[in-house]
Amino acid sequence: MTATWTPTPDSTTPARLPLSIPTTARAARSGAGRRALRIAGVVLVVVLVIFFVGPIFWVVWGSIRNDGALSGANYARLVTYGEGLGTYLANTGVVVLLTVVGSLVVSVLAGYAFARLAFPGSKALFVGILAILMVPHTSLLIPLYIWLDRLSLGNSLVGVSLVMIMYQMPFSVFMMRNAFESVPPELEEAALMDGCSPFGALRRVVLPAVAPGTITVALFAFLASWNEFVTPLILLSDGNKYTLPLALVNLVQGDWGMIDFGALQAGIIISAAPCIALFFFLQRAFVNGFTNGAVKG
Amino acid sequence: MTTAVATPRATIGSSDASRKRRRRTSLRAWLYAAPATAVLILLFVIPLGLAVWMSLHDWPLLGDAPTLNFPANYAEIPDERLFTAAVGFTVKYTAIIAVVLLTLSLGLALLIQESKRRGTGVLRTVFFLPVVTGLTTAALLFLGLLSPSAGPVDDILAWFGISVDFLGDPTWALISTVVMMTWRFAGFYMIILLAGLQAIPTELYEAAAIDGANKWRALRSVTIPLLRSTLALCTVLIVTGGLVAFEQFYVLTRGGPDNSTVTMVMTIFRQAFSQFNLGMAAAMSVVVLLGLVLLNMLQLRLMRDKDEVA
Repeated sequence: MTATWTPTPDSTTPARLPLSIPTTARAARSGAGRRALRIAGVVLVVVLVIFFVGPIFWVVWGSIRNDGALSGANYARLVTYGEGLGTYLANTGVVVLLTVVGSLVVSVLAGYAFARLAFPGSKALFVGILAILMVPHTSLLIPLYIWLDRLSLGNSLVGVSLVMIMYQMPFSVFMMRNAFESVPPELEEAALMDGCSPFGALRRVVLPAVAPGTITVALFAFLASWNEFVTPLILLSDGNKYTLPLALVNLVQGDWGMIDFGALQAGIIISAAPCIALFFFLQRAFVNGFTNGAVKG
Repeated sequence: MTTAVATPRATIGSSDASRKRRRRTSLRAWLYAAPATAVLILLFVIPLGLAVWMSLHDWPLLGDAPTLNFPANYAEIPDERLFTAAVGFTVKYTAIIAVVLLTLSLGLALLIQESKRRGTGVLRTVFFLPVVTGLTTAALLFLGLLSPSAGPVDDILAWFGISVDFLGDPTWALISTVVMMTWRFAGFYMIILLAGLQAIPTELYEAAAIDGANKWRALRSVTIPLLRSTLALCTVLIVTGGLVAFEQFYVLTRGGPDNSTVTMVMTIFRQAFSQFNLGMAAAMSVVVLLGLVLLNMLQLRLMRDKDEVA
């Protein structure tokens, strides 16, 4: 190797060559530098991957191990913990079902009204719904505790679900309004011409067209109500009405210093598994929901 | 002549009919909007009003009837040492989490932005996965992970001869919570920033490259300025979330050690359900609420101004 660089005859950019003639030393340094940079990059990505998935692997692994051997003992202990895992799952199921159905009913109807029917007071109502975003949810929980009790909905799963529907409204109504706005009105008019009633047109023609929006609303209502902790913590007082997150935190607080980590890990898996499974089924709805709701809201 | 007279009459007639039709449409619209309106009024407007009403009263959780005591609840707030300390701690936590989360999520978004590179799809999933676990679940997961008896972190550090009391030392309790929240939320902000990144026209990067800008310079002069409104939105979300922090500390540190990680919302609930003083708790809620609304309005104003300039 000579100390100077000689252009090869087939070089494609002869005009710029004089500016970028490297010395051997510089070439070697930048080559090594680039390699070091690439290795550092790979190391960085590996560290990031370990940071993000490591905890999940640890909890999966830990949940199926007991005294160094693979076993379902952690899950078995969790099943009989407290009021029983079945009770907690059933309670959570009730809250999730009511929240998902309620959010869909509220947002499909209101979204349609906002998108299609000009009505007096619509602007005030829309601003009112968006105002829910401005107010920290936790400041509402103390008055809600008193107020729901007055309505005979205190210490009830229905009360928790209603609060969850309210929390979800800015997102769900906004999502459905946008979904209806993206359906051309001609589609509906054609259905009306063909003899559908207005409600029939909504049900048979428009609803199928806004299915992606309803899936996103249902998905977010599911995630929020399945994972909600503070609302049931404040509103529910009976142990047999606890939802899963509440029961799991109680498992930790039960006997101080004597946390059953095996059962806790099993509980973490049970509470995370449905969300992760849904994520893999509905990746597109997840990403669209987060970016739509966030960038515009 | 006749047509000129007839036309206004015709419009009057049709406007009468269209007014009737409009009234029917708006009746139908309100029927559709009724469930949303009912939820809004019953579960938002009334509780919000009740919060203000309660804050003006001595409102014990149990026993006696509420009595008006304005402005005592508000006047006593500065004397609540735990609350004033909590305000300071919450602001400090919010500042730290904002810087850490914004930096890391932007880094992750830039890393997975070039979709041609192999493995970006997998990486996107990897970084996003924690977002779908609930916040409480994530906090419980880290509680186990960092516990000296059950978690692996302690054992790994022991190999290097390091020993850290993650949840028993005030500074480390804060750091541990920030790490947990970063794990849980970085993927969320990454996705939002990614959407912002993809809206930047590639021609701008080509132009910057022709002008001789390297990657770092392009990031500073093209990406960051054009991403400003998305970054501002993320900041609003992180700051708002940070100021109402509750679960992460309730589960992970329980406010300890020595009340060093008690947040504003935590003191509100203690005031209500440990001190049984709902009026005072409501007054604290109203203070936090007003502070957040003002901050939100300020941030939105700043965002809008920047957008207009850009």
